[in-house]
Amino acid sequence: MSTLLILLVLVLAAVVIGQIVRIFELSTAIKGVDENEITERDNDWQGLLMLLFMIGMLGSFIWMMFAYQDVVLPKAASAHGSDVDQLWDISMATILVMFFLTQPILFYFSYKYRGKASRKADFVSHNDKLELVWTVIPAIVLAGLILYGLSTWHQIMFEDPEEEPLVVEIYAKQFGWNARYAGSDNLLGYANVRNIAGVNILGVDDTDPNAMDDIVVGTEMHLPVNRPVVFRFRAQDVIHSAYLPHFRVQMNCVPGAVTQFKFTPTVTTAEMRTDDFVEQKVARVNDIRDGKGEEPYEFDYVLLCNKICGAAHYNMQMKVVVETEEEFNNWIKEQKTFAESI
Amino acid sequence: MSDQQSTTTIEVQEELHEVAGHEHHDDHHDHPEPNFWNTYVFSTDHKMIAKQFLITGMVMGTIGMFMSTLFRLQLAWPEQPNPLLETFLGKWAPDGVMDPNIYLALVTIHGTIMVFFVLTAGLSGTFSNLLIPLQIGARDMASGFINMLSYWFFFASSLVMVASLFVTSGPAAAGWTVYPPLSALPQAIPGSGTGMTLWLVSMTLFIVSALLGGLNYIVTVLNLRTEGMTMTRLPLTIWAFFVTAILGVLSFPVLLSASLLLVFDRSMGTSFYLSDIFIGGEVLDHAGGSPVLFQHLFWFLGHPEVYIILLPALGITSEVIATNSRKPIFGYRAMVASILAIAFLSFIVWGHHMFVTGMNPFLGSVFTFTTLLIAIPSAVKAFNYITTLWKGNLRFTPAMLFSIALVSTFITGGLTGIILGDSALDINVHDTYFVVAHFHIVMGLSAIFGMFAGIYHWFPRMWGRRMNKKLGYWHFWLTFISAYGVFFPMHFLGLAGLPRRYYTNTAFPMFDDLADINVLISYFAIIGTAAQLLFFFNFVYSMFRGKKADQNPWKSNTLEWTAPVKHMHGNWPGALPKVYRWAYDYSKPGMDEDYVPQTVPIKDGEEETH
Repeated sequence: MSTLLILLVLVLAAVVIGQIVRIFELSTAIKGVDENEITERDNDWQGLLMLLFMIGMLGSFIWMMFAYQDVVLPKAASAHGSDVDQLWDISMATILVMFFLTQPILFYFSYKYRGKASRKADFVSHNDKLELVWTVIPAIVLAGLILYGLSTWHQIMFEDPEEEPLVVEIYAKQFGWNARYAGSDNLLGYANVRNIAGVNILGVDDTDPNAMDDIVVGTEMHLPVNRPVVFRFRAQDVIHSAYLPHFRVQMNCVPGAVTQFKFTPTVTTAEMRTDDFVEQKVARVNDIRDGKGEEPYEFDYVLLCNKICGAAHYNMQMKVVVETEEEFNNWIKEQKTFAESI
Repeated sequence: MSDQQSTTTIEVQEELHEVAGHEHHDDHHDHPEPNFWNTYVFSTDHKMIAKQFLITGMVMGTIGMFMSTLFRLQLAWPEQPNPLLETFLGKWAPDGVMDPNIYLALVTIHGTIMVFFVLTAGLSGTFSNLLIPLQIGARDMASGFINMLSYWFFFASSLVMVASLFVTSGPAAAGWTVYPPLSALPQAIPGSGTGMTLWLVSMTLFIVSALLGGLNYIVTVLNLRTEGMTMTRLPLTIWAFFVTAILGVLSFPVLLSASLLLVFDRSMGTSFYLSDIFIGGEVLDHAGGSPVLFQHLFWFLGHPEVYIILLPALGITSEVIATNSRKPIFGYRAMVASILAIAFLSFIVWGHHMFVTGMNPFLGSVFTFTTLLIAIPSAVKAFNYITTLWKGNLRFTPAMLFSIALVSTFITGGLTGIILGDSALDINVHDTYFVVAHFHIVMGLSAIFGMFAGIYHWFPRMWGRRMNKKLGYWHFWLTFISAYGVFFPMHFLGLAGLPRRYYTNTAFPMFDDLADINVLISYFAIIGTAAQLLFFFNFVYSMFRGKKADQNPWKSNTLEWTAPVKHMHGNWPGALPKVYRWAYDYSKPGMDEDYVPQTVPIKDGEEETH
């Protein structure tokens, strides 16, 4: 039924447009002008519209920058995250300057030089000096951004923290996460999907002595604040991507390989909950949830999947708790080791 | 058919002769009697093949665009019953609620169709075919028969892709990048069954089409230029199509090998991409493969593909902006140089799609460096377009408006590329809506605007009629406004950490305050889709009832406007035109008119420009 209605609407729309076009053509035919020739009036109108569009576009962009400034992620909750945010701000400032320089010029020129029968265009084919300038200036700016970006990347990826990092395996499967702590020896036991059996859902090798003190958790993972941690990622079935947006951390989990990411959480969950920005965001979200009769939301760090992995890709999450060293030690003591669980 | 083939070969040889000797063309041999089949269906004439590419591309584009409307409905009003969804998706939207697997299938096929079928074949196929012979002064492509094959492989490929929408387990749903293991294992997602097999068959046919077409374009540009048409006098459209064809010929075979290895993994038990997989309660035998290998092979095509899409649009824009500014394109040589630089760089940047795959971080540094370099030739192009407008006498045809819009989106999307190309920044926005916004603006919008510009500009050349101006204006403004309306707010979704390809964002309360933005985006998407009805109507109506156009309606310099519009094989009734100047002598001082066609000899005392 609705199909029929839609088709009917489409047909009617076509007929209406057709009739309007016919009327338009006939009326201009009476006036004796070619209705598709671009007239000076058209140029004036379209030039003006270009100018108006520019104002509307830049205006709504500026509006969005204010209106949407609280929907974005809160400040970084990791050591390298602050560097990334700073690099972000500087790169963003650079491109915004370029944006606000070039777009107005483009649309203003469109308006200013709208065609008039009385005028002739200037014959300018090139200008080597000018072209050199606008090749060299972007090159210099980009050289700066490249150097800055690469040094940040280098710090994140290559520099070893002074303290020995806590080793945690993040294990991805359709559609959930597990974390495996390396235990008191801080060494992960060997694991392979071929060992998966019964409660040994991560395929840990039970003949590897390093594996015995490993701790496997499912619903939430805890991390001590200000201690470097290295995540080693594995995937069981397809590629997943471990995305921890609050820490500015992301790494794919690839079946058949182990990938890794080192970072240091710097803000505990409790501290983040009292952050002004976060409090306001939570309040706003809870207003919305309240209106729909849903459970209230409390801020938590979260690990989500950011690589298409199947039907429930949209709901593959794990809660991440950052807490003091003492709280963390208490929590980890309560968890069963691999040896205890098998 | 074999008859046609042999005449085509003879023709080409004769044409090669003629380029040297300018003999009269039509006296030499008889064409097969024109009938319906060899004129409209199995035509070897480049002008007809161009129309076939265009119309097939438009049909595919309609499907792709319509799919995006469907999934925008789901994103704005997640899991709310919608009779439209039930109507169009049937069993995949029980009670009007879209199934998550079908959501993924829709985004997958939307991407595939738009990237390959519309913006590669529809754009490059149409305008390379139409303009290469006409603008270089050739009777036809080097091989009309291969050209025809190129279209029919594309047609077959389109048929298979559309057929894949109707298989029981649904079409491919692993994303348009079809990363294995997801795309290799039907246990992982239903779309990776028959749907994925058909996807691979379709893409293989598509690659054959792209290669046949591309080789033909290259050979034609190199060998069949008319007398006086040196490489440095080529219009920028031809430079763009030529370099695009080279990119395609060098990169599509790599996609073919990636696909073939995937076929082996899927059906013959090999392990190129698969290793250590436990799925559906059992361990698979595959061992030793690497899913990341596929990504390297895929993006070795995938990144040049971005420029295969973009360069033709930029070429069209150069031509349209110069003609309608009544002014030479600013910095012709710099424009050619930047096309070449972009093309070269496009082969050494593919790793920027893979910063967080676990690839050696040192490689990440290299790819960051090469990627950000692309901004330099891109900036040169943008500045040159703007300067072409400066002190021009702009005539706002719908094509001109779309070209200016292209420059705007090319700048906007290009700038966010500077963020995403930076490996350190990519970590946190990789695969979020920030990326979706970026590539849709820089590649999707720019290329589709270029395609619209091309259609409006060369419609008189294709059908001898003009498209309705008023409808064109309405179409432009609705499209341009809704395009920015859809993709600008998406940046903020990405900054909120919202991943792409999520069926719904309701599983995470932290995304609840993004719901309004998603509704806004969907409204713009619906307006934008509806605006295309104006275009389709204008297109079809003008084809049959549009006002008859003069031979050179835009007072343009290039050779295609010196040939009669009537459908005739060989393009020019008499001898081929001779070229005496570059294509951009607009408003040249000392000349009678504000344009000087390339066929006009240099006057006494006139200085040849560029």
